[in-house]
Amino acid sequence: MALPKVIGTETEFGISIRNRADFNPSLASGFVINAYEGARARVQWSFEEESPGRDARGFGFESGAAGDYESGVVNMVLSNGARLYVDHAHPEYSAPEAADPRTAALYDKVGEAVMAAAAASAQQMVAAGEVVGIYKNNSDGKGNSYGAHENYLISRAIPFGDIIHFMTTMLVTRQIITGSGKVGSENDRPAVPYQITQRADFFEEEVGLETTLKRPIINTRDEPHADPEQYRRLHVIIADANLSEVQTFLKLGIGELFLSALEDGALPDPLRLADPVAACWQVSHDVDLRMPLPLADGGTATALELQFQYLEWLTKYAEKSRDDAVTDQVLAEWSDLLTDLQRDPMLAADRLDWVAKYQLLRGFVDRGSAWEDAKLAAVDLQYHDVDPARSLYHKLLGAGRIRRLFDDSQVADAMLQPPTDTRAYFRGRCVQQYPESLVAANWDSLVFDTGHELLKRVPMMEPRRGTRELTEKLLDEAADAAELLAALGGG
Amino acid sequence: MAEQEQRRSRRHENEPYDQDEVEVTASQTTEAIDELLDEIDSVLEENAEEFVKNYVQKGGE
Repeated sequence: MALPKVIGTETEFGISIRNRADFNPSLASGFVINAYEGARARVQWSFEEESPGRDARGFGFESGAAGDYESGVVNMVLSNGARLYVDHAHPEYSAPEAADPRTAALYDKVGEAVMAAAAASAQQMVAAGEVVGIYKNNSDGKGNSYGAHENYLISRAIPFGDIIHFMTTMLVTRQIITGSGKVGSENDRPAVPYQITQRADFFEEEVGLETTLKRPIINTRDEPHADPEQYRRLHVIIADANLSEVQTFLKLGIGELFLSALEDGALPDPLRLADPVAACWQVSHDVDLRMPLPLADGGTATALELQFQYLEWLTKYAEKSRDDAVTDQVLAEWSDLLTDLQRDPMLAADRLDWVAKYQLLRGFVDRGSAWEDAKLAAVDLQYHDVDPARSLYHKLLGAGRIRRLFDDSQVADAMLQPPTDTRAYFRGRCVQQYPESLVAANWDSLVFDTGHELLKRVPMMEPRRGTRELTEKLLDEAADAAELLAALGGG
Repeated sequence: MAEQEQRRSRRHENEPYDQDEVEVTASQTTEAIDELLDEIDSVLEENAEEFVKNYVQKGGE
């Protein structure tokens, strides 16, 4: 029986402060993150490993020094359980852990709202004429890419070789669903006017540990942020950040269902591509979805045909193994989307960023613009601006041309409240109730300063514990962090 | 529209789906998008060249 999945996304946003002569992206990222006024705790972020005891709720208790924390870096934990920080030269939002793809997609969307709020606050503090811009995209069009990563909690029992063997073709062909679209090509790939993804040009290896150069289709980072005996966190780095909510939902929903089927041994064939790295950019460059990809065992298939094959297998798998509305929604959306893409890719303009943007760009080409014109590159970039007043995605939304899964009030609520079905609930509630006592955090622990000589650590090695069901009463009754720790069995 | 029409007619040769239905969808899309393009023209960053040129990111991840 497949392990119930925990899902979360990390997004690095593009940043600019126009008309600032001495613009420094790292400083600007810190400036914007610090400007965020929403509910949060400023914490140190610990990377040290832990092997704590656990109690029935998934929480043990340890006393001791806080350990070796990264210092001088802007780091926040938000009251919704997310992490907001500076990663090198980008502001990054790491969504709180979710127990299903729909919730994970909501908290991914919340990241845009958080960045928009931070940018708006930062805008109040810059000099006249300077403009703070934050972009949810993955390339500057000049050879620099920054990531949007999916994380899935999977069983340690699955040999990593099986993941490579089975998932490579899924990830390469899933790009027709995950692409956010890009004018031109980069990284010495063949020239094209427009392509499906922002990221494909940058993938150069089949498997590897890197995320910043020689990017691999399958990333081998092994940092579970959970009990390493039981779990692995599969870190998927190949997809784009999406503005479309349906698209984010599908990306995560397909990923989650595929990994569950893999754990249950329900995938009949790895469908291996002859050259996955070449196929990566070839799929992305094929906006008509017609490119035949050579298969390792002979013959060819298009990305769309391979996605139809996965849909068929996972539909059968779900019929046997699933009985929930979210899975039904994933399969229905996936099926509708592939059917539309087969008839005419432009029919997906209400769901896929790459199609929506392509339609706009083709409109301008029809009016006389050339694909090389700066205007089209500007349309491409401005589509991804997180400021709703400037974003072209939001223009399409306002015109009723993009379908949503969530409404503004759900997003506003999720900016403040954590998901209820993972340890993010406990983390978020602690930020809400004890922000002054919370001095350090990482995904699998919180460290409190309750005025004692020693700091107190609460490990959270089980991502599916710390839920509302398990901890709400405890948190409701603990007036301060000391009471919480006492109730957890120490202090 | 030349590119789009050409592509569609090519598809018709190979694929069995209903031609009329697809053409209706395409023409509706084109009409509706005209207004939107005008609106986008009005909100697009004024100096596109400078806007695009100055958007340079360091790699991340």
